[in-house]
Amino acid sequence: MEILHSWSENMPGLGPLWLSVKLGLVTTGILILFGTPLAFWLSRTRSHAKTIIEAMVALPIVLPPTVLGFYLLILLGPNGAIGSYWLKLTGETLTFSFGGLILASILYSMPFVIQPLQNAFESVSRGFVEAAATLGARPLDVFFTVVVPLGARGFLTAAIMGFAHTLGEFGVVLMVGGNIPGQTRVISIAIYDHVEAMEYGQAHALAAMLLMFSFVCMFALYFINRRWRHEH
Amino acid sequence: MSIEAGHVAVSLSRPDFTLNVDIRVPSHGVTGIFGASGCGKTTLLRCIAGLEQGARGSVGFNGDLWQDGDHFVPPWRRPVGYVFQDARLFPHMSVARNLEYGRRRSRVTPELTSPEEIIAMLGIGHLLDRRPAQLSGGERQRVSIARALLRYPSLVLMDEPLANLDAARKHEIMPFLDRLHASLKVPMLYVSHSLDEMTRLCDHLVVMQSGKVLGQGRLHDMLMRTDLPILGGGEASTVLDVRVLDYDAQYQLSRLQFAGGEIVVPGRHGDRDCPLRLRIMASDVSLCRERPQSSSILNIMPAAVESRQAETGGHVLVQLRVGEVQILARVTMKSAEALELVPGQSLFAQIKSVAVKNSAEQVAVDEANNRETI
Repeated sequence: MEILHSWSENMPGLGPLWLSVKLGLVTTGILILFGTPLAFWLSRTRSHAKTIIEAMVALPIVLPPTVLGFYLLILLGPNGAIGSYWLKLTGETLTFSFGGLILASILYSMPFVIQPLQNAFESVSRGFVEAAATLGARPLDVFFTVVVPLGARGFLTAAIMGFAHTLGEFGVVLMVGGNIPGQTRVISIAIYDHVEAMEYGQAHALAAMLLMFSFVCMFALYFINRRWRHEH
Repeated sequence: MSIEAGHVAVSLSRPDFTLNVDIRVPSHGVTGIFGASGCGKTTLLRCIAGLEQGARGSVGFNGDLWQDGDHFVPPWRRPVGYVFQDARLFPHMSVARNLEYGRRRSRVTPELTSPEEIIAMLGIGHLLDRRPAQLSGGERQRVSIARALLRYPSLVLMDEPLANLDAARKHEIMPFLDRLHASLKVPMLYVSHSLDEMTRLCDHLVVMQSGKVLGQGRLHDMLMRTDLPILGGGEASTVLDVRVLDYDAQYQLSRLQFAGGEIVVPGRHGDRDCPLRLRIMASDVSLCRERPQSSSILNIMPAAVESRQAETGGHVLVQLRVGEVQILARVTMKSAEALELVPGQSLFAQIKSVAVKNSAEQVAVDEANNRETI
C-alpha cells in the first residue's frame, strides 16, 4: 500500500485512484468486521425484528444515492445529530472529510457485504453446527471452525462486492464529501471533473482503469464461484 | 436387572407431534430404541444430547443432571458421542481432522481405548487423508462412528446409522458394529426401525409408538412378549446367546453352545468361542412327547413345560425350559390338548429354523432359513 501511495504522489493523476482504493479497503474491512455478527444473527434468528432489519440493510440498493447523500449531509453536518457530536469530540467536521466519506460508504455498500454473508451463513446446514456442538465445541468455537470455513465463499463475495461497489460510488460522495483533492476526490469524482473540464484524455485513462478493475472483480467472483461449485 | 445409569423423562410438544417418554438406560450394553418412522425415536436422542431446547422434563446420567426444570446443560458440555443418520462429517476437513475435532475438545482418560485402536476397529486407517466427499456412504458412517467414539463419551447415541445405506453397505458396517458392541465399555442407545438390527445388536429394547413408550426391558424378555404387535407382527420369539463350538466342513454345519445345551446351524459362523445371537420364532418350535427317531430336523432337545397361555387364532404359546434358558413354542390348541401339556411336563422341542443374528454369513443363513420355512 505504501508503494501505491508513493507511486500516486509521483503521478498526481493517480491520487484519486489511491484515495478510492483506501476508501474501499477501509469500508470493506469495517463492514466485514461488524457485518459478520449482524449477518449471522439474521441467518439464525426467528425474531420479528429480522424483516425490518433486512429491509433497512437492503434500502441502499434501491435508494437514489443523492437521497442517501442528502440525509447523510444533514446528519453529519456541523449542526446534525452525529456531526455536531463529532465536532465536539474532535474539533473537525465530518462532512467534506475522509472520515465522513467512510461513514457514508459503509451505509452505501452495506447490503453488498451483509447479504452475501447472510446467504453464506444460511447455506451452512444446521446439521454441521449440531454435530460440532455434540463434539464439545462452544458456539463461538463452532462459528470459527465450522460456519466461517463453510461460508468462506460468502466472505470472498462480500469482500469483492463491497470493495468494487465502494470504488464505483459517486452520488453519495458528491453530496457528503465534495471534491477535495487527497481528502474526498475519489476516482469517480475525478472522472466527472475531467469531463466537465473537457479533459477527455485524463477521463479516459481513469475510466478505462475503473472499467478494467470492475471487470476483473466480477470475473474473479464468477471464476471462484465456479471453481467452488466443482470442488464441492 | 442391570444397574441403571440414566433416567430420561422428557416431553416435547410440536404442532403435529407430541413426545412423552420415560426411559431408563442401563449402565452396560446396547439399548435399542425401536419404532416406526416418525414415532419420536430421533427426537428422544436429540433431547438426551441437548439439541432440543423446547424439551421439558429431566435427563440424568451417571449421577449428573443434564436437564431438570430450568437447569439445562448445553450440548457441548454433555459427554455424549452422537452418530447422526447422515454422518455429518465436516466437508472442509480431512478425515483425520474430523476425528481430531471431538478428541481435542474432550477430556481423555488414559485407560480408555487409544485413537489408534478405535481407528483400527472401524477399519478407516487408510482413509485419514481423504475428504468426506471422497468416501463411500459406508466409509463415511464408519468415520462418523469413530469421530463420536474419539470424544470419549460416557454415552453413545446412534441414530439409525445404517438407514441411508443400501443393503451391501449395511452388511459392510454390521461387523464393525458387532465389534463395537463387544468392546464398548459405555452404554449405547441405538435407534432403528429394523428389528433385525435390534435383535443382532441390542441387549435392551425400548419400543416406541406415536411419541410414547409401549414397553422396555431386556431384549430377550421383550421379544418373548406377545402384547406388542409392533414386534414381529405379534409373533413371540426367543433370543439365545451362544458360542461357536466347532464347524463340520463336510456337512457345512456349525455346532453352537448355549446355556441349555447345543444347537446346530447351517454355515460357518466364526471361530471357536465366537459369540453369536440366535433368534428362534415361537412358531418354528414344535413339541413331541417322545424323541423322534428319524427326523429331518437337526435340533431336538429335551425341555420342560413351564407355562402355557392361550393365544388368539386357536394357538397356544408354551413357555419351555431348556437347561438354564427359556424357549417359546407356538402350537395349535388341538396339538396342545393332544399332548396334554401341563406345567412341569417333560417333552422334546424340535427347532425347525434358527436365524443367526450376528455373523458375516447372517444373510446367507437367513435366506436359507427362509427357503426352508417356505
